Amino acid sequence: MKKKIKCSIVGASGYTGGELLRLLLFHPRVEISQITSETYTGKAVSFIHPNLRKITDLKFTSINDLKPSDVLFITLPHYRSQEKFSQLKKMAQVVIDLSQDFRLDPRFVYGLAELHRAEIKTANYIAGAGCNATAVILGLYPFYKNNLIIPEQTVVEAKISSSAAGRQLSLGSHHPERSGAVRSYKPTGHRHVAEICHQLGVKNIHFSATAIEMVRGILMTAHVFLKNPLTDKDIWNLYRETYKHEPFIRIIKQKTGVYRYPEPKLVRGTNYCDIGFEIDKETNRVVVMAAIDNLVKGAAGQVIQAFNLRFGFNETTGLEFPGLHPC
Amino acid sequence: MKNRQQVSCPECDASIILSSNLDQGEILTCSDCSVELEVREINPVKLEMAPAEEEDWGE
Repeated sequence: MKKKIKCSIVGASGYTGGELLRLLLFHPRVEISQITSETYTGKAVSFIHPNLRKITDLKFTSINDLKPSDVLFITLPHYRSQEKFSQLKKMAQVVIDLSQDFRLDPRFVYGLAELHRAEIKTANYIAGAGCNATAVILGLYPFYKNNLIIPEQTVVEAKISSSAAGRQLSLGSHHPERSGAVRSYKPTGHRHVAEICHQLGVKNIHFSATAIEMVRGILMTAHVFLKNPLTDKDIWNLYRETYKHEPFIRIIKQKTGVYRYPEPKLVRGTNYCDIGFEIDKETNRVVVMAAIDNLVKGAAGQVIQAFNLRFGFNETTGLEFPGLHPC
Repeated sequence: MKNRQQVSCPECDASIILSSNLDQGEILTCSDCSVELEVREINPVKLEMAPAEEEDWGE
């Protein structure tokens, strides 16, 4: 029998932690050692993540009772990871953090396999990319990599779901306030801008986020301005060339059918990033759309893809779910 | 085995491998962009885009 990798999850009561658990419990090469939560210590996992009823008997333990494992996934809130890192890094050879705290830290490899596959294979510290950042970077990377657009003119709007805000309650997440709202959440100054700029190698990007009536998913719409005109075929070939070996990137641009461009609900629960585009020839503008599940490709699935690479497993192991239709 | 003929999709430039018993008027679907292509001529093969329905949700 092939050896399983012992994994623990710190801060597993959040939505990202729950999603990691959902996926890792069905990963054939993973054994979950411990999951921690200070608020829910001693409680059964299914109390917080009811979708896992009858799937696991795991109970939350305190971070103070954490034992060494092969891999430690950290899904603590932003800034808490940084506070705990010196203690936690002693508990496993490989640490995979999903907060924003280490995404610009040179000790960590950024967790997007599509950009950092080779580095991830030998990394002991991996930082999962932000959910919005994932959609923006994957959608725009081919244009920046090939220097095809005027970098300072890129404008991005992301429509985001409520689960992207995490499990922490606020007045804004209260049902009467949240339901039916289309809320300009961060018109400027979103915390993911720094990592997007860092990964795309630009000084700035004009990014706005709007929270909409959706539980899971992100639809990113970017407007980029070409230095020189390109045709549809050019852009198809650009994406094909960049992503031809990527198992989780799909280019969606159809002339017929109900779903002609990327649609978040079709990638719900999956590790896919669907990317589409349309050219406005009058203005030399390309509209790029990318849809992901913020909790999977934008968080848990992305780091499991990185984990698979790090341990030499097939990159898609545990991430084969194709999504639902209709849903 | 006879080599199967390959053409480019007129919409997205993807390679389309043609079956050896292609019929005139047959509709093919590009595996990349899903566009429907009509086989207008056989020798040489000429593909044209089949008519597509536009979306218009404007008010």
